[in-house]
Amino acid sequence: MDTLVRENRNGVNGHQAEQFVAPVASLTENGEGYQLQIEMPGVNKEGLEISVENNELTIMGRRSLPQIDGTLVHREMRPANYRRAFELDPSIDMAKISAKIDQGVVTLMLPKAEQVKPRKITVS
Amino acid sequence: MSLIRYQSPELAAWPALDRWSNLRDELNNLFEMPLWSNFGRQSQLFSGWTPALDVYQNNDNVIVMIELPGMRKEDIEISLHDGMLTISGERKSESKDSENAERTERFVGKFRRSITLPTRVDANKVNATYKDGILTVTLPKAEEAKPKQIQVNVD
Repeated sequence: MDTLVRENRNGVNGHQAEQFVAPVASLTENGEGYQLQIEMPGVNKEGLEISVENNELTIMGRRSLPQIDGTLVHREMRPANYRRAFELDPSIDMAKISAKIDQGVVTLMLPKAEQVKPRKITVS
Repeated sequence: MSLIRYQSPELAAWPALDRWSNLRDELNNLFEMPLWSNFGRQSQLFSGWTPALDVYQNNDNVIVMIELPGMRKEDIEISLHDGMLTISGERKSESKDSENAERTERFVGKFRRSITLPTRVDANKVNATYKDGILTVTLPKAEEAKPKQIQVNVD
């Protein structure tokens, strides 16, 4: 098990008109599959776009920040939207990928296909 | 040795100071201590979590927004003391023993951000909401800090 969910750093279409920020992500693995968690503060369910194409998983999040009536006196948040792409391991069952978003964290469950799951073989 | 950082009354200076003072302390320590005492000591330089923070101001309120994705409401603490707003908390690890971490970029642990408010606020009317991983704290300005219109009478 040396290949996993590999990140694609090349960008999807080369040049892009819109600037994106790569969000922070964590990946864990267990016998059943992978869990990918991506931090996208300010993104809600409506602003989230997840697509799989040619073994590549792309997660894009559009931020809908609370509109504030006032002058900005100090800024650290980056106003850009998020995007990050990952190359999927062939062991992942793409039909069974599921996602949820809770308080700005996207959780993707990437289950492994049945034939690659670890199996216990009982010796008779 | 820890130094108490001078708090500039200017809003714009905080975050930069936060990071650089950390670096400066670390460098100072490096020179002050015998070199060997640093061996084996885990460097604290780039550890820690500094969530991004924006500050807005209008006639009635000071509004502070901070990015805190994936927190539980109970784990966020907001306090106001002597004109200084402190937002702190802890993100707890959710991982189980049966899982292998393949990649860990998300920060787990404690954070703390403090800012000196630009005006006096009414501590009893502070309101905070947590939505989509962003905490918004609205601090109504104290009456004496609000801008006043003064009418000029011409005879």
